[in-house]
Amino acid sequence: MKMSNIKHLINGLWKENPTLVLVLGTCPTLAVTTAAMNGLGMGAATTFVLVFSNLFIALLKNLIPDKVRIAAFVVIIASFVTIVDLVMKAFTPALYAALGVFIPLIVVNCIILGRAEAFAQKNKAIPAILDGIGMGIGFTLALTIMGSVRELLGNGSIFDIKLVSESTKTILIFILPPGAFFTYGYFIAIKNRLSANK
Amino acid sequence: MAKLESNLKNMVLSLVFISMGMSAALGYVYLLTKEPIEKANKEKEVSAVKMVLPAFDNDPVKEMKVIDGLTFYPATKGGQFIGCAVNTFTDKAFSGTFTLMVGFLPDGTINKSVVLDQKETPGLGTKMKEPKFYSQFENKKIEGELKVKKDGGEVDAISAATISSRAYCDALNKAYKLFMKEFAAKDKTVVADTAAAVQTNVTNN
Repeated sequence: MKMSNIKHLINGLWKENPTLVLVLGTCPTLAVTTAAMNGLGMGAATTFVLVFSNLFIALLKNLIPDKVRIAAFVVIIASFVTIVDLVMKAFTPALYAALGVFIPLIVVNCIILGRAEAFAQKNKAIPAILDGIGMGIGFTLALTIMGSVRELLGNGSIFDIKLVSESTKTILIFILPPGAFFTYGYFIAIKNRLSANK
Repeated sequence: MAKLESNLKNMVLSLVFISMGMSAALGYVYLLTKEPIEKANKEKEVSAVKMVLPAFDNDPVKEMKVIDGLTFYPATKGGQFIGCAVNTFTDKAFSGTFTLMVGFLPDGTINKSVVLDQKETPGLGTKMKEPKFYSQFENKKIEGELKVKKDGGEVDAISAATISSRAYCDALNKAYKLFMKEFAAKDKTVVADTAAAVQTNVTNN
């Protein structure tokens, strides 16, 4: 693999992490990270859509005149989200039951439109796919870790495995909406501190 | 290939081309997934019915009927009425509505209940899906109305989620009232017999 391709792949993991650095897709980040499993599921579904929309937009970029590019991107992204929705409903009903509400939310996730606009429309297919995978994994990791922290503090469990006894008082606010903002703020602060040290 | 210029003809053609291509793809996926989705939905229904009722040998989903907005799935074994699953809902939930499936034995005793769909606060209201909460309704005969302890009843509410607990009782009460009106009350004498029959059926198994 070419050096630049590897760079595209790992770019999204840390240096340009979509959640912590680009601060894109905050709506799903704040809404679904009440549990580690939700974060992981949302991340996986988003990664899938991101990879395919990046690929298609990179392939079709010359067919899309600049002035209507956003409209064209939205059509492509929305189609893939619907495809994911239908396929999951049909073949993985159990997973769909757990993630159902998050799937349509992917349409409004800025990361996908953001990557289409900032990367895929200026690059070839392979770097676009790698960028999609890298960004997707970066998003998934950030969401899963945030979900774990909130689930641990708010419910005393991680991935639905109870770590404290049933009667232990947990810090409920962490799985309520304000807790999402607290956690998100601390995560960005920690990320900035770690990056500043380098 | 050079990038297309942003003139009217190109813009219209490009958008038409992309929309048509994507619609065709969506239509194809829709056709492909239509049957599996219906099958999956039916299986979900059947498995929920199975979960809340004792063993039956008819197809309750085929015999289902909708009364006052609730769906009833009557179950029989060897022609004997052994209970009925009810898809019930409440609009008194903490966020929106939630739906439950509850199974009644012929005499109106709750066999089991299971949450189908809910949007309650994660970690609070969602505790109603844990056995600690729902197991208290198993084999319970509703006397009058189910109420949480705070309201003078005997149901242990989830701490910090009294509204969700009340709503759960509300859904069960609603189902119970209709069930007694439509099924159990019709033939009081048969009820005792079927209850006994259920017992023998269970031992026969």
